[in-house]
Amino acid sequence: MKNHVWRPLFIVLAIVAGILITRTLLVPDDFGIGERGYMYGWHRKSNEAEWKKYPVKYKTATVCIECHKDKYDDIKDSPHGSISCENCHGPNYDHPKDPLGLNIDRSRGLCIRCHAYLPYRDSARAKIPGIDPVKHYPQAECIMCHYPHDPTKSNPKHRNPEVKS
Amino acid sequence: MMNRREFCKKTMIVAGGLIIPLSALEVFNPRRLYAEKNDKGKVRWVFLVDVHKCVGCGFCVKACKIENDVTWDANVTRTWVERYVITRDGQTLIDSPKGARDGFTSQKIDQAHAGLKDVKPEDIAKGFFVPKLCNHCDNPPCVQVCPVGATYQTQDGVVLVDRTWCIGCGYCVMGCPYGVRYFHPQLHVAEKCTLCYHRLSQGMKTACVDACPFGARRVGNIRDPEDPVTKIITTEQVNVLKEEFGTKPQVFYLGSSMEVK
Repeated sequence: MKNHVWRPLFIVLAIVAGILITRTLLVPDDFGIGERGYMYGWHRKSNEAEWKKYPVKYKTATVCIECHKDKYDDIKDSPHGSISCENCHGPNYDHPKDPLGLNIDRSRGLCIRCHAYLPYRDSARAKIPGIDPVKHYPQAECIMCHYPHDPTKSNPKHRNPEVKS
Repeated sequence: MMNRREFCKKTMIVAGGLIIPLSALEVFNPRRLYAEKNDKGKVRWVFLVDVHKCVGCGFCVKACKIENDVTWDANVTRTWVERYVITRDGQTLIDSPKGARDGFTSQKIDQAHAGLKDVKPEDIAKGFFVPKLCNHCDNPPCVQVCPVGATYQTQDGVVLVDRTWCIGCGYCVMGCPYGVRYFHPQLHVAEKCTLCYHRLSQGMKTACVDACPFGARRVGNIRDPEDPVTKIITTEQVNVLKEEFGTKPQVFYLGSSMEVK
């Protein structure tokens, strides 16, 4: 057959070979169909391990108790006992190595996450004592009167669940 | 010399004798059979949200943002809490300021361009909070639309994104009917809830579950019939979001309301 027929075919073959070579160079070896099959499983297998290696920052109260048993005993039977230490004290990271001390959130904004009164009678929010943050001693920090580890130990003069908007 | 009749008889006795003790050892547990029906692996993570217990404190959102290095001030979040206020005249008002990162501390409902809406307490028929996150669907449309295989589902049902492989086309962000995906403001790749895969694989719970003081969020293994979360899902009235899309979402809601979409 004549040369002008073969020439374009060679070019096409070269292009296909080029694409295939580039593909083998670019696509990682462990890329393939995972356990979830053709539709949902295509991925680079080693990425699963990469996500598993992501550092854990919130180590939970089980780690806090190891050193701060006294604080745990202080809070465990109080109405605040269900709140994780790290919610207020900040994530553990690698404490006490890094950081040495935790950055405790003592702000009003933290307390009013739950204790700002909202008029939703059937929601669980209604069962929590609520205040109007604008009217209830706006100049003060909550912890000046209330003891955060055990709110029942606070000064009764300053604790008034009836204050509503 | 054994004839054919004898041979068949003896074969059946031996084969039957071998089968009976094997089958006698297997005690059928219908719930285990149900849990393992369509499966090869032993773990399938599911999530359970109890709407009745949520108070809208937003500790889950805060913990998720810190645990997973989700940009704190950008208006993106992997999980968020929605406030639903249904008025007596039938209006449904929904808001989620900053994804409830700082909780709900005001009675004013953020209605975007319509401004902050103050509903009188006597006009409120019901008000409640609904935490939302990736549904880790059994038929994840976000995975199906990915043209490069950057997002995928693991054997235990978690939908993940390969950050090095994502080309940032945004098909998955468009494809998710629940709006749980977004672009990472710095990395410019698709981002989503990983169900704290790094914590689950170490036997921990997700950061949002650990941060919730009220037990409104729980994570469990649906393949384990003894898992308390599985027991609730299989025996109590639970709901999923947008069932009509056929995505088979695996985040189950207890006490959800018809206004929740």
